[in-house]
Formats: sequence, structure tokens, C-alpha cells
Amino acid sequence: MSASELQRLLDQGRFVVTAEIGPPRSASGEPIRKHAQSMRGYADAFNLTDNQTAMSRMSSIASAAILVQEGLEPVIQMTCRDRNRIAMQSDVLGAAALGVRNVLCISGDHQTFGNQKEAKNVYDIDPIQELMILRRMRDEGRLWSGDQLEVAPQLFLGAAANPFADPFEFRVARLAKKVKAGAQFVQTQSIYDMERFERWMEMVRERGLQEKVHILAGLMPLKSHKVALYMKTKVSGMSVPDPIIERMKAAKDPKGEGVRICVEQIERLRAIEGVHGVHLMAVNWEEIVPRIVQEAGLRSR
Amino acid sequence: MIIGAQKPLKEICSMLEGHQNILVAGCRSCVAICLAGGEKEVGVLAESLRLHSDLHGKGWRIDEVTVERQCEKEWVRGVSEKVGDKDAVLSIACGVGAQTIQALYPQVRVMPGLNTSNMGAPEEQGVFQEKCGGCGDCVLHLTGGICPIVRCAKSLLNGPCGGSQNGKCEISPDVPCAWDEIYQSLKRLGRLDMLDEPLPPKNWLPSRSGGPRKIVNDQALFTIEEKALRGKRE
Repeated sequence: MSASELQRLLDQGRFVVTAEIGPPRSASGEPIRKHAQSMRGYADAFNLTDNQTAMSRMSSIASAAILVQEGLEPVIQMTCRDRNRIAMQSDVLGAAALGVRNVLCISGDHQTFGNQKEAKNVYDIDPIQELMILRRMRDEGRLWSGDQLEVAPQLFLGAAANPFADPFEFRVARLAKKVKAGAQFVQTQSIYDMERFERWMEMVRERGLQEKVHILAGLMPLKSHKVALYMKTKVSGMSVPDPIIERMKAAKDPKGEGVRICVEQIERLRAIEGVHGVHLMAVNWEEIVPRIVQEAGLRSR
Repeated sequence: MIIGAQKPLKEICSMLEGHQNILVAGCRSCVAICLAGGEKEVGVLAESLRLHSDLHGKGWRIDEVTVERQCEKEWVRGVSEKVGDKDAVLSIACGVGAQTIQALYPQVRVMPGLNTSNMGAPEEQGVFQEKCGGCGDCVLHLTGGICPIVRCAKSLLNGPCGGSQNGKCEISPDVPCAWDEIYQSLKRLGRLDMLDEPLPPKNWLPSRSGGPRKIVNDQALFTIEEKALRGKRE
């Protein structure tokens, strides 16, 4: 049996919910505990972002350790931006020792997006190589160097996938590469353009990848049409169709409308073959997650 | 070639504060081609410094020289008379040139008048683009002739990342996505199959990460006897 609860649920065939928690810009773990209390029972696992948008926050591993103390299942994100292979392997050993079983391997937002643009980045390895390294640690009980580990980390390895980035025809091929490198689950970029996501899923199925990797569809509930417009124009690798923006603009209660859109999306996503769950990214709006999960009829965890 | 750009005049003037006899030293190689440190630029900069000195009563005596290749000792030795009475040399060659002057003339302070940026090429008139990261272990045969190390903002060996859109990099709409270019190049070459296998972590030892690099070409080395003979001639 897997050490990862998330893996266990997915292997059972459950449609899972994961939710993102942004660690605080604080030396206090209280905000993490508060999120844990309010979201307990509304998601199967919780992603802790790793200095998201290249701004220093509490580390994802420390935040995850707090969640473990609270009895919840964390997924740590680990970017290649801030650590080389030495730090990566060391951090994974530490995280595993603290009870972390799920790791999402990502490149990380470039530091020029952050509030410390003059920082030097690392990029010793890329996320596909990160998967290769962590898989060797788990499966062979060895560091990338070949040195034997006394105890190997038990890990469920994840990766990101962006169906909305270019070149579109290569996105699924790159997913296949991530699966080849060790990805067992993927969490996608926020989906607003359902048609494009469905086309992408068709390509995933053509390759039979849905049999090899659990795909969790990423969703970011909208608070206002301005947020939607910002994502469309300012965030690279994001596709927000105009009807969504119009709908948000026309809404009397934009937040409520954002929730409705999200719930409708979940219904549609559940019907897509190969989608094994949703990943909710309510950035700075974590408190809305229970309502979305409730209204989507997924409150059974 | 090496690409650089002159520092702002204000910064140069503040570096020269407290000096009197100043030599502006250019180079006819790379930095001349990128219009930053050749003979023409030496003339313009020297005149700007003279004007600055006149306007602010600095009393600077500004001399000019441009050598063929400021990175080579042979050429730099040839300007010893020019350097002789100076208390500062403002080099507008690349950092290699500036260091060669300092190594040969240790009694003079050498100031960098140019910021050395990268190894690149002229893209069009007045536009210079970084092309090579000098990683010491070239992968161009695997990437359609486009360097991912330096042309991808994240140096990915298995790109493109999720920030690639419409052929542009997530960091700026002015920056082409190297991995989009790699994909298009391999597609043209009919070799998209080369993108099927993940490339493993790179060996960065031959890069700057392995410490300062030195290449010794054994065949070009003088024997002890040859060195002795050469010493006599000099």
C-alpha cells in the first residue's frame, strides 16, 4: 500500500479534490493552521506553493509539516528556480522525514516576476530532471550520484501541465516526457477555455496517457471580471475566453458567479474520460474552497 | 563575439574622480563591432570626458588609444608609451581587455568603461543578441542548433515550460521562447523524435560552476628549449 493517501485514493478510482494553500509571508504557522481548519474535509490533499510568483514566503516544506501535524495530507511544490540538485535531494529527504509523501516538480515562476528581481536563479536541473532524480531516490534508494540512501523516501511524484501554452501540438508530447521521467499525477494550469482543454485531453487519450498518469484539472475561481482580464492579458500561458469575462462583468454578484462558473466546470470535467480530480487554486481566497466543493457535490471526504 | 555596452557617462566620471592623466583605451575587435568600444567610441568618449572636465573644472588630461585586440598581451604591450605617464586607464574593451591591461601595467588603475554582457551576435543593425552560454559542453546538436542554456530564461533542457505562448517567453513579449524555436527547428529538420527522450541532468563541471576554466592546447605549447630560445630573442 502506498504511503501517500492521495495516491491511495486515486488508485481506488476516487475523483479527488486537491486545494492550494499559499504559505504566509510570516514566521507564524497560524495562518496555515487556520486554512487547515477551514478546509478540513473539503479536499483530499493540499498543495503548498513554493515561493509562488518568486516572492519569499514560508517554505512549502515547513508549511507542509504543519499540515501533517494537523493530520492533513500535503503536496509540496518544489521549484528548480531556487535550489540545485544538492539542495533538492536534501530537501526531499527532510520533507519525507517530516511526513510529506507528495511532491510536485515544477520549474517555478521566473524571478523577474517577483519582488526581488535582482536575485540570481539556479536552474541546475529542470522539472523533468527533478522527476528523474526523485524517482531514483525512491525506486533505487540512491542519490542521483549513485550513493546509497539508508532509507529511501516514499514519494508520489507529480508534475505540472499547461494545455494552454504553446506550441499546442507539443504539450501532450511533453506530458508524455514527464510521465516517462516519473510523473504519476499532474495538476494542470487553470482552465477557463474548456474546448481547448477537451482537445488536449483527446490528445492525451490518443497516446493512452490517462492510463499512466492521474490528471487533476486545475481551476481558479474568479472573484471579478478584472481578475479574468488580468489573467487573459498579463499571465503567460493562460487562455480566458471572452464569454467568461462577459459573464463575470454582467454578474450582480461577481464572487457568486465565479463560484457558479467553477462548479459548472467541475461538472463538465467529471464527465471527461481521464480526468481523475480537480485542483482548486483559490489564490488569496482559500476560504471559498468549502463552498465550491459543497456546491459541486464533492463533499464526501 | 563578446557583446558589451558603455557605462553611463555619469558613472564613468565618478570612477575617474581623483585621477588626472587618463588614457581611454578601446579595442578593434568584438566591442568595435557592437559599436561600444572601438576607435570611434574612444574618440567620442574622450571628447565627452574633456568637456565634462572643462565644465566642472576637473583638470583631466585625456589621451586615447585603440589596440587591435585588448585581450592579447602582444598588442597591449605595444602601447606601453601611451600608458607610461597615466594614473588611470579607462578601458572600453570587454572585461578581458581591461584585465589584460591591468596585468601588464600593475602600477596603473584600470577602470571599466564598458559593461561586458554576453557572447552573441549582431542580429540586425544596432541589435545584438546573446547566443552562447559558454557551458563547456555544447548541446546544439540535440536542440536544433539553438542554445537552450542561455536563450531559455530557465536554461531548461526539456522545454518549453508552461510560460511559452505565441513563440514568446513568459518573462517578456520581446523575448523569443528558445524552446519554441527549438521545436520549430527540429520540426523543419524532421527530427521531432529527438524530443521524445528526457535529457538527464547536465554536467555543469565544464561550465563556470566548475571554477575558473583554462584550456591547454598541448600541441601549441612551447617546449622548455623553445621557451629558452624565445626568451633570448625578447
